[in-house]
Amino acid sequence: MGGRDATMVLLDENGIRCDGRKIDEPRRIMIKAGGLKNADGSAYIEFGDNKILVGVFGPRDVHPKHMSNTDTGILRVRYHMEPFSVGERKRPAPSRREIEISKVIKEALEPAVMLEKFPRTAVDVFIEVLQADGGTRCAALTAASVALADAGIPMRDMVAAIASGKVADTIILDVNNEEDQAGQADMPVGYMPSLKKITLLQLDGVLTPEEYKKCVDVGVKGCEIVYELQKKALHDKYFGNRKD
Amino acid sequence: MADKRKYVIPGDVVTSGPFRPEQNVILEGNNIIATAVGISEIYDDSVKVIPLTGKYLPKIDDLVIGKVVSHTSLSWELDINSCYIGFLPAMDVFGRDFSTHADELSSKLKTGDLVAARIANFDRTRDPLITISDRDLGKIDDGVLVKISTSKVPRLIGKKGSMIQMIENGTNAAVTIGQNGWVVVSCESAEGLSKAKKAIEMVNEKAHIANLTDLIKDMLDGKDES
Repeated sequence: MGGRDATMVLLDENGIRCDGRKIDEPRRIMIKAGGLKNADGSAYIEFGDNKILVGVFGPRDVHPKHMSNTDTGILRVRYHMEPFSVGERKRPAPSRREIEISKVIKEALEPAVMLEKFPRTAVDVFIEVLQADGGTRCAALTAASVALADAGIPMRDMVAAIASGKVADTIILDVNNEEDQAGQADMPVGYMPSLKKITLLQLDGVLTPEEYKKCVDVGVKGCEIVYELQKKALHDKYFGNRKD
Repeated sequence: MADKRKYVIPGDVVTSGPFRPEQNVILEGNNIIATAVGISEIYDDSVKVIPLTGKYLPKIDDLVIGKVVSHTSLSWELDINSCYIGFLPAMDVFGRDFSTHADELSSKLKTGDLVAARIANFDRTRDPLITISDRDLGKIDDGVLVKISTSKVPRLIGKKGSMIQMIENGTNAAVTIGQNGWVVVSCESAEGLSKAKKAIEMVNEKAHIANLTDLIKDMLDGKDES
């Protein structure tokens, strides 16, 4: 990475973006459920050039004890980027950005996970970003939801996520690193496809009210695409050689 | 009865209409939604999903295999392969006249001992209460512990116990299956023991295969399946 031209055209006259995609086309997405033996549930996602591994433990005892809640289980999420995940070595200690992303992913998963079934316990989600290329929080949330389902933790719905944004005055789907740096807006959307509810919505940039609505719509449509791949990943692992 | 079987993942609509939601399903509006990866079954008036993954959640009257992890002067604590610790009060073992001065808990059960137990009581406010005062329950003196996935316990038992009966008859081993996925195998002959152990591990690995019963039968009969 780092080999891409910074002065590139983000959107050419034919509606083709800097990496050759159309405006409503996501990057290549590959999701695999399972893979980690020692975790209760796990998932691996390749989202364009992003590579993220997620491990889920639990429900299990809460340590330290005072964090536990007698009414419900708790969800703990750690989002962490490997030092080699970005161009210049990232210090391994949790940064302000990683703490924020851990929090938003946790809050995006909470409406889906039925923690009230496991009072006094914790579900731990560990997200390791092996390679980052813009939109890691969406990819991480998508993979975390697959890993939770793999761990057998009861969920009301899956959570799929993708970013929409604005580049060269056009609303686009799935913002990559270049578009994030040079674009006008970036909006990560987390969505529960069956319940039709949004669980994550952030916005960095300026949009008119009309653009905002369009951006959300494009994001939700993108989530439906991601959801199909989540479904496929779980079906491959659990029902792979069976006929439906 | 369960003819409408479907493979579902969390969020999938199993069916809609006036059904009673049972295990691993919730009612959302008029739709019944699966909350786990598994196989859905629709009965006359109820719907459930048999999960294919997940940890053991204690249920009253379940037979479980527990491992003693520690004890206080009044009770033992058992690892029952769940997110909660099994709680076995001393009075259950020593009887009503148990006294903390006269009776030493470690004389009956030591740390590391395996116990066949029943879940006597469990609700969301407390850890599961366990009892061993029943027939066939209590300390397990000999045998080998085999750990399998909780979701594959019903497969190991089979329809009306067919699978486990076949393994027991084929190897002369005695098999105690805990609902928590821990299985104790004991047998007088070493050969039967290793055969029974292999059969149980095979069920765990190949639980999804349709003609598993024949496969296990072949293995037990000595025909090499590989």
